[in-house]
Amino acid sequence: MKESAATDIRGIGVSPGVAIGKAHLLEQGQVAIPFYKLRNGAAVVAEVERFERAVAEVEKDLEAIKQKFHPELIEHAHILEAHQLILRDPQIYDQTIGLIRDQRLNAQWALKQALIKVHDLFKTVEDDYLRARVKDVDDVGQRVLRSLAGFPNGIIQEIRERVIIVARDLSPADTAQLQLERTLGLVIDMGGRTSHTSIIARSLNIPAVVATEKASRVIRSGDLVIIDGASGKVIVNPTEAQLSYYYEVQDALENYLKQIRRQAHLPARTLDGHTVRVEANIELLEEVVASRDNGAESIGLYRTEFFLLNRDHLPSEETLYNEYRELAELMAPRSVNLRTLDLGAEKMTRWAPRLDQANPALGLRAIRLCLHHKDLFKTQLRAILRAGAAAGNIRLLFPLISGVGELLQAKAVLNEVREELRSRRIPFDERMKVGIMIEVPSAVAVADLLAPEVDFFSIGTNDLIQYSLAIDRGNEHVAYLYEPLHPAVLRFIRQTVEVAHRARLPVTVCGEMAGEPLYVPILLGLKVDSMSMNPQAIPRVKNLICRSRLEDCRHFVDTILGMRTAQEIGFLLRTMVLRNFPEEFKFFDPDALTPKEIFSKA
Amino acid sequence: MAVTVPELSDILEQEFTVTNKLGIHARVAAQIVKVAGSFDAEVWLSRGNSCVNGKNILDLMTLRCPFGSSVRICARGRDAKEVLRALADLFRSKFGEA
Repeated sequence: MKESAATDIRGIGVSPGVAIGKAHLLEQGQVAIPFYKLRNGAAVVAEVERFERAVAEVEKDLEAIKQKFHPELIEHAHILEAHQLILRDPQIYDQTIGLIRDQRLNAQWALKQALIKVHDLFKTVEDDYLRARVKDVDDVGQRVLRSLAGFPNGIIQEIRERVIIVARDLSPADTAQLQLERTLGLVIDMGGRTSHTSIIARSLNIPAVVATEKASRVIRSGDLVIIDGASGKVIVNPTEAQLSYYYEVQDALENYLKQIRRQAHLPARTLDGHTVRVEANIELLEEVVASRDNGAESIGLYRTEFFLLNRDHLPSEETLYNEYRELAELMAPRSVNLRTLDLGAEKMTRWAPRLDQANPALGLRAIRLCLHHKDLFKTQLRAILRAGAAAGNIRLLFPLISGVGELLQAKAVLNEVREELRSRRIPFDERMKVGIMIEVPSAVAVADLLAPEVDFFSIGTNDLIQYSLAIDRGNEHVAYLYEPLHPAVLRFIRQTVEVAHRARLPVTVCGEMAGEPLYVPILLGLKVDSMSMNPQAIPRVKNLICRSRLEDCRHFVDTILGMRTAQEIGFLLRTMVLRNFPEEFKFFDPDALTPKEIFSKA
Repeated sequence: MAVTVPELSDILEQEFTVTNKLGIHARVAAQIVKVAGSFDAEVWLSRGNSCVNGKNILDLMTLRCPFGSSVRICARGRDAKEVLRALADLFRSKFGEA
């Protein structure tokens, strides 16, 4: 094998798994669009006919693709029906013919003008919602332009071997034409987690990396390529060593995931018999099924703000009540922690006056915002309390509590609502448990004063890290300082747990830290009672808990709490997990195992 | 038995909530156009100040209806009732997605 230097390309991993194989590059440059005026009436008639033929051809192509659709993906064929309708839409079809006739434009230029007008129709470019829709129009336009230019639209010719498809972009029609049974993996320059191709790749378990920007220019057909659909890494012309490493990883990963998924429904009990609760963080009712399938024992965090975003009007109390009640009933008898709105003022624009805040993270957000917009807060509390009456499994969680005063204010509003419901004889859960998020350093400092006022604590590590270390994670200049293993963060967690346990309160950790397998030994050693994470992370975290000894983790945490920097702690932690859980961690390139890398994966 | 036939000018309308996660995108719009197109009645969808023809896919795609938003559908014609019922079924099925 040739020993030319391997090239690494980074993208976003959208469908996990490792694929190794030869690249097949799809050539699909933009079609040049000529401009000319038609000389006479006869030329106009001929040009209109040429356009109609091109449209008819594309229509036939789309129909043919639809018929050959991969049987597992038949519901995705609807998108091609949409493309057929767009193709004949008067604003494209009639408009183009009109331009050819009235302005004697050639078909390509006329079509391009019509497409530009359609773009205007969708106006706001910065809006993701509409941008995704314009993409469908452009896909259709491109096909007609290619046909007019005499290019075949069947861009994906017979592929005779199993390959990794590399492309600048893939339209749904392109994806449909892929011979998926011969596709080992996908590398695409454009796209994101929710683009059509990513969704299909995930549903078929084809490893995929998107948003690589340059892959289609760097990789040539026939190059040997490794893609890691979890980390988003693409290695072109790998070395012998990389190759054998990834073959091993690929094999082991498949067996391993199969095995741990089978055990994910069992409780997470350490080797020395301590049980830790593993829960799911969700944003939508629809995620409940995935949570249960992955082995979630309860919902540790329901982020209620998501249901309110993207709305022009505040939903009514009834709408909220129905949503919460359905969620509670789906999970009963298992508990559901409903966190009240964790909105920033900047997200309230649609139904509240916009506030310009120089520093929104330190501004009017979460509980502060709710106390400010008391009607909104009370509406949500009423809906939550009422929904709790159904199965008695809802627990209330206040975000961003910074001290006792603020908590008492929130509880006063809660009591007002209870009183109102009582006097109106509306049933609600009288004994609903109330907890708070511990995510502001001041709350850690006064945790002993907060404890008597609540039933449980939930540590939000994302904000706790950000506020403790004074780091805005979104700020690229300081993002490297975002260190979950900073001794201050670990001390804060320990302090919170100790205070809570003295007051006989359970503690959950629900930030990204909880869903990252690397941190499992630390959170166990810090004696947290439960961990709540994105549903997909549950099988791996549960597996690690089951293979750990609580006593060992406690000793380990005692050791690292004596260390001075996140780097020292990180090094010791990585050495420890690689030694104790080799199967778990060989799925990651050990060289890539820096805390920062791991975070970008989570 | 007397059957009441609605006047042609009668407009029926109904409010719907968009309950699929991605809102009315191309695939969903195509399903609406197909259902609306199989009836004689005129079909209009409106939200806020915009009102679009329910039988035209591009128009529908430009109507901003994200997850959770509500849309008013008006129908006018001899089978207005039926088209609303068919559309109600479609909305209830979340267009076959999550």
